[in-house]
Amino acid sequence: MGALMTMAVIAVALALPLFLNVFLQNTRSATANWNQVFDISVYLDKKAAATRAPALAAQLRKRPDVAAVRVVTADEALAEFRTASGFGDALNALADNPLPDTLIVTPSVNSSTLEGMAALKQAIAGASDVQTVQIDTEWVTRLVALIDILHRIIWLTAGLLGLGVVLVVGNTIRLDILNRRSEIEVMKLVGATDGFARRPFLYAGVWYGLGGGLLALLAVAVAIGVMSRPVEHLALLYGSRFQLKGVGFGMSAAVLGSSVGLGWLGSWVAATRHIRGIEPT
Amino acid sequence: MIRFDQVHKRYANGREALAGVSFAIEDGEMAFLTGPSGAGKSSILKLIALIERPTRGQVFIGRQNTAGIKPRGIPQFRRRLGVVFQDHKLLHDRPVADNVALPLIIAGMSKREIDKRVRAALDQVGLLGKEKSRPLELSTGEQQRVGIARAVVGKPELLIADEPTGNLDPALALEIMQLFKRFNDVGVTVVIATHDVHLIDRFNARCIGLRDGRIAAAGGAAP
Repeated sequence: MGALMTMAVIAVALALPLFLNVFLQNTRSATANWNQVFDISVYLDKKAAATRAPALAAQLRKRPDVAAVRVVTADEALAEFRTASGFGDALNALADNPLPDTLIVTPSVNSSTLEGMAALKQAIAGASDVQTVQIDTEWVTRLVALIDILHRIIWLTAGLLGLGVVLVVGNTIRLDILNRRSEIEVMKLVGATDGFARRPFLYAGVWYGLGGGLLALLAVAVAIGVMSRPVEHLALLYGSRFQLKGVGFGMSAAVLGSSVGLGWLGSWVAATRHIRGIEPT
Repeated sequence: MIRFDQVHKRYANGREALAGVSFAIEDGEMAFLTGPSGAGKSSILKLIALIERPTRGQVFIGRQNTAGIKPRGIPQFRRRLGVVFQDHKLLHDRPVADNVALPLIIAGMSKREIDKRVRAALDQVGLLGKEKSRPLELSTGEQQRVGIARAVVGKPELLIADEPTGNLDPALALEIMQLFKRFNDVGVTVVIATHDVHLIDRFNARCIGLRDGRIAAAGGAAP
């Protein structure tokens, strides 16, 4: 049936940006809360006393936004570096150990947000004998920037596909009108205005949009159902209890609202144009 | 009711259908447009129904110059008319009652009023009881009568018909013509285009003869 086909096309056109958007929302909420995230590397002044590192570590552990602190003395750091880099013998040429004492601070879960960690970084940097505080948050900022770009791409895609919906509905309505040509001629001869003749086609456009929107929501719900188990499993492997969230009430309403609106628009444009061209002979 | 004043009609394909036609039909008159095919009978009816516009000259309907009616005003104008075609032009996807009710639905009448008028119109054409039938279930004569019911249901002042008896056998054709005469008797102006001369002779009505787009003869009884 032509009507079902039209609704299916609308559903496909709407399901794609909807699915991408759901995926994006989930990614956003997932990146808002990282558990195992970033350790903060605190590099102490080379001139600091050897007792400074453990003292500072004890101080930091008392903070509520700190979960754990690991002390890496200069000697331990050099030894790690020696094994890791393979420069073994070359390092013997060094007279002094160039590396400083280091503290690896793990933020608590509550302050694992970008703001929380920035605040912690600020606080640590203010302590005495602290040379450098480093959080490897760069890649998170990059991820956020990437997500913003993806968001824009999704909106552009949605815009294009929305135009596609208007055109598809317009074409179907055009064919409907051609099929009912003689009926429209008779109506006009008996004194019907263009608006009167157009009305049933506008209703049809609204129905096409509504049906397509509902199908799109259904399709995305199925897709999310299929994806949730593997995604949750993966999250568990990363120590997270993240759960895939589907399309919320607000987004569903927005999808239905726009699909109905697009369906109405498509049929309005097509019906106005083609009914005007039909005159009794 | 109708006045044609030196009307010329040339179609887009170059065919000259009317070459200077002038006549007048009074309120409540019944007139036949006669002549061979291509004489211009249908063109005159099309100009009355505003399906076409005159190339030159003026057409007055109800003392109103049709040149002053803009495209937006045409639907309103056509509601004052009853039009009957040769091929009845019924909508096959709906029952007879809905077909007859169409002009009233367009006019926005209440459902109760519509039902009353539709029944009255079907009664006038002798088809009471066929409201729920589909057009294709009816005979040709009955279908033609449904078309006439639709044309009169809105109680128009003017009824025009283009070869309304073309497909019908003589007995049926006479019946249909008598129907038109009955409407004329209650005051409706009736203009019928037909080339059935035998039928016209039976009725004492005005005849406007056309040939090659011109009036060839005008005669018949005075109103």
